[in-house]
Amino acid sequence: MTLWGMAQQVLSGTGATLLIFFSTVIFSMPLGLLVAFGRMSKFRPLSALVKGFISILRGTPLMLQLIVWFYGPYYLFGTQLSSGWRLTATILGFSINYAAYFAEIFRSGIQSIPLGQYEAANVLGYSKAQTFTKIIFPQMCKRVLPPVTNEVITLVKDTSLAFVLAYSEVFTIAKQVAAAQTTIVPLFIAGGFYYVFNFVVDFVMAKIEQKMNYYR
Amino acid sequence: MKYLEIKNCKKAFDELSVLNDISLSVEEGEVVAIIGPSGSGKSTLLRCATLLETMDSGELVYMGEKAASTVDGQAVYADGNALKKIKNYFGLVFQNFNLFPHYSVLKNVCDAPISVQKRNKEEVKEEALKLLAKMGLSGKENAYPCQLSGGQQQRVAIARALAMKPSILFFDEPTSALDPELTGEILKVIRQLAEEKMTMVIVTHEMSFARDVADRVIFMDGGYIIEEGDPHEVIEHPKEERTKQFLARFSAEQ
Repeated sequence: MTLWGMAQQVLSGTGATLLIFFSTVIFSMPLGLLVAFGRMSKFRPLSALVKGFISILRGTPLMLQLIVWFYGPYYLFGTQLSSGWRLTATILGFSINYAAYFAEIFRSGIQSIPLGQYEAANVLGYSKAQTFTKIIFPQMCKRVLPPVTNEVITLVKDTSLAFVLAYSEVFTIAKQVAAAQTTIVPLFIAGGFYYVFNFVVDFVMAKIEQKMNYYR
Repeated sequence: MKYLEIKNCKKAFDELSVLNDISLSVEEGEVVAIIGPSGSGKSTLLRCATLLETMDSGELVYMGEKAASTVDGQAVYADGNALKKIKNYFGLVFQNFNLFPHYSVLKNVCDAPISVQKRNKEEVKEEALKLLAKMGLSGKENAYPCQLSGGQQQRVAIARALAMKPSILFFDEPTSALDPELTGEILKVIRQLAEEKMTMVIVTHEMSFARDVADRVIFMDGGYIIEEGDPHEVIEHPKEERTKQFLARFSAEQ
């Protein structure tokens, strides 16, 4: 097989990789914010429960979590696994795992906002919801951008873990082609793909950071 | 008319009693200065008056409307809606300005009147520009707080408080974070507001300013009001030993 042929095969997984990536980004960030709220709740049982979940999600391999999401319904309820479940389980596993990380990043961002901002908003009569959406949230976004960029870059590479569920994204295909052709080249092609992908992510995040640099 | 009335305010943090049975009332147009050493409870009193802290017991009344009263020895606050209304009666200028860094100067001033008081956008903007001009900040509307000096930031904070059209304005050590030159800028603005008969309560360490601008001075220590009265009397001829002691350095410099 020619190099071009291998590249074409490997890169045919691009759509699948992008699907995992964007779905995870879109679901895990809002979910992460919700989890952060739960973690900061003054209602002790809730914050303890959320803390426990975060601990498990961050403390066990994502690869294992993907397997659990995929086979869980079968082992728990005897459900027949449909063909669409592979993708759903992948996205669920990624989103919930990343939500745990984002939650802690958002929590640190929210807690780093000076108390004076809340007090100023309070005296001016802003409601709690207004205080969060207008005053705290925008400032939090700026502060969490660097660690969020880190997570997103890690996510790009982590999408390759979907190979464990044999979901045909770039890395899964690369491994298959490598095995079939008994060459390591497809894996390097995949490596190049992830690097370029992250180069773009880095560029976009830097632009966003620049855009938020109008204040300190 | 009494704009503010605090009766028998008590506040303790854990075991430490910070305010012991403080009563204070402020008449329309009056300027009251609160002086005293650090830890005397002046800031806590201001924070209780502005609803940033809750009193353990006591009564808090604005414009004849009860924000809190004592029931069975404990402070009971009015419901959310009543407090929301009462919050419109006062404004607070902080020691550290607490401007919103992500908002331009103009938005800092306009946002609360528009999104909290639901007033007309254009009208608020027009008033805000006038207020900023009065504060000597014309041309700074589109600047961000980080681009301004401390004195300018504090003047924006004063404009932000005034834009809400409060009946009474509180200042919590408004010049403590500023150097002497910038302090002068702020005191000039407050003096101007006093001339316009703005009702104000000012916690300050600027003794000569308190003496010259206030209608009444209150000296606090250890959570008690030790001495209260005419500013020249209290600051230049204090009767109480503790007041004399506190003002000794100031008196020596005069």
